[in-house]
Amino acid sequence: MRNIWAIMQREYSNYFVSPIAYVVITIFLLVMGFFFYYILRLFVQNSMMASMQSQQFGGMAPPMDVSSMVARNFFETLSTVLLFMLPMLTMGLYAEERKQGTLELLMTSPLTSIQVILGKYLASLAFFLSMLAPTFLYFLIMQVYSQPHFPWSPVLSGYLGVLLLGGSLIALGAFISTLTENQIIASVSTFGVFLILWVLDFATHSGDSKLGEALNYLSVLNHFDDFSKGVIDTTHIIFYLSFMAFALLLTLRSFESMRWRQ
Amino acid sequence: MIEVDHISKRYGNKEAVSDVSFDVKDGEILGFLGPNAAGKTTTMRILTGYIPPTAGTARIEGLDILSQSIATRKLIGYLPENPPLYGEMTVEGYLHFVARIKGVPGADRLRKVEEIMMKCRLVESSQEGGDYRHRLIKHLSKGYRQRVGLAQALIHDPRILILDEPTVGLDPKQIIEVRELIKSLAGTHTVILSTHILPEVSMTCHRVVIINKGKIVVEDTPENLTQQLHGGDRLVVEIKGQLETIERLIKALPGVRQITSKPLNGSGAHELTLEVTSDRSVRNSVARAVLESGAELWSLRPVSMSLEDIFLQLTTSEQEVGGEQNGSALAEPQTSEGIDRES
Repeated sequence: MRNIWAIMQREYSNYFVSPIAYVVITIFLLVMGFFFYYILRLFVQNSMMASMQSQQFGGMAPPMDVSSMVARNFFETLSTVLLFMLPMLTMGLYAEERKQGTLELLMTSPLTSIQVILGKYLASLAFFLSMLAPTFLYFLIMQVYSQPHFPWSPVLSGYLGVLLLGGSLIALGAFISTLTENQIIASVSTFGVFLILWVLDFATHSGDSKLGEALNYLSVLNHFDDFSKGVIDTTHIIFYLSFMAFALLLTLRSFESMRWRQ
Repeated sequence: MIEVDHISKRYGNKEAVSDVSFDVKDGEILGFLGPNAAGKTTTMRILTGYIPPTAGTARIEGLDILSQSIATRKLIGYLPENPPLYGEMTVEGYLHFVARIKGVPGADRLRKVEEIMMKCRLVESSQEGGDYRHRLIKHLSKGYRQRVGLAQALIHDPRILILDEPTVGLDPKQIIEVRELIKSLAGTHTVILSTHILPEVSMTCHRVVIINKGKIVVEDTPENLTQQLHGGDRLVVEIKGQLETIERLIKALPGVRQITSKPLNGSGAHELTLEVTSDRSVRNSVARAVLESGAELWSLRPVSMSLEDIFLQLTTSEQEVGGEQNGSALAEPQTSEGIDRES
């Protein structure tokens, strides 16, 4: 446990010694801030239009839950943006160590492979959290100005979903990083794989063959939809957890096989 | 105590290390000598648990490196050929991290890091030098990186030290410092030190293992090795006359082991290098043989073999030795290139 913590701390602070972390966080927050503003404005406008229309024709405006609509659209956008951002977090995890030869230090220290892998995984997860945390402010601000106050549950379930989705993609990206010595190759192939997972999601919307169903189940983004709607379904939680476990297992195997590939 | 037990390592069809066995006693400094690509680094990587051997195993303080890998890794301090440094970390931060993953308890860590920085001259209390603790490792010169590498290997006060070419890239003053440091570890630490710089071996090591093409060629003390070959002398003879006849005659003499020749510039004469037994009468019979054949004997002088010659002789094939033998002074690190070319 102490060893995992040591690896994690080093890896986490390593993000902040290079400009990558600051660039990633800044751009991420800029983009998400813009989307939040845009989505919020769109729904506020829509609801105002709806109430104006209903006043013209007499009668009550249909009830509109602006906050949960905003949350839903925001998290859907967020999940897409993650496809672009997360490869930056995972590309260096192993590729850079291999290139610099520091893997030799880790592999000849009294550390088990599992400790190294979990330490690194938790570090990227922690970095992901620190990048995600400021977006919570958006909802806090929205809460302050909304009348009546909206319920937190759809927002929290959205964050739970983002966390599970992010955790799965990070685990997959970490695995890809073990396969190469080159950060660029790691980042481009991670992005490519994420994109395929994303496209898989499109493909499953058409056709309802057995294959389509299987692909549908494997689509990482598909399982995310319910969370952004405010529904927490254990099927999806189990899917993401097993996805993470599988990716970590692949990382472990690949990491151990590096000893034979030297 | 390190016991290496019939270790082999194959890469595809290429055998990097084949059936290597040797022991290192407690407190001993063992020099691991060989040209580049001889299998030194591979052997060391196997001992430190970085790569698994294809066959065989080794025991460190009685623990098996394969089945008790974590336990053996705790006992070893390892300086790889390229020090495994995180360029983005400060010297102090890096050493703290290494101390943590090597299992130095939290209470001792600060003190250990401080001690090791003093020992490896990364912080200096007085005069020249300076304080390197807050420097980023990527900004350090090669010599200082090597010091950080050494500090990293020593931080948890390991009983076993495995150093892969510890003096490479250092300036002469630093080389002396590092050798002194290594010598000071003798007795309390068991050290394996690889190098292709020969004086380093005679200066620091108690015992030498010479490895070439993945096989152990010889294993002895540096004194014995030199002694043994002092016992076998070498004669350099300059003659003018029928080369083949003389060579044939000399070869037939008792006590002559080997003979190589090369022409002397422009004079029509030849220089023969003979490897002979230490018996002095050989010189006499060689001189007589030359004169009786009717050739001119220009000079005859004995040359004793140095560790370099032994090394070259053991690690290079015979024709190559003939061409390059006399200029093989490897006293300076730079000239160690000579070995690489020949092997």
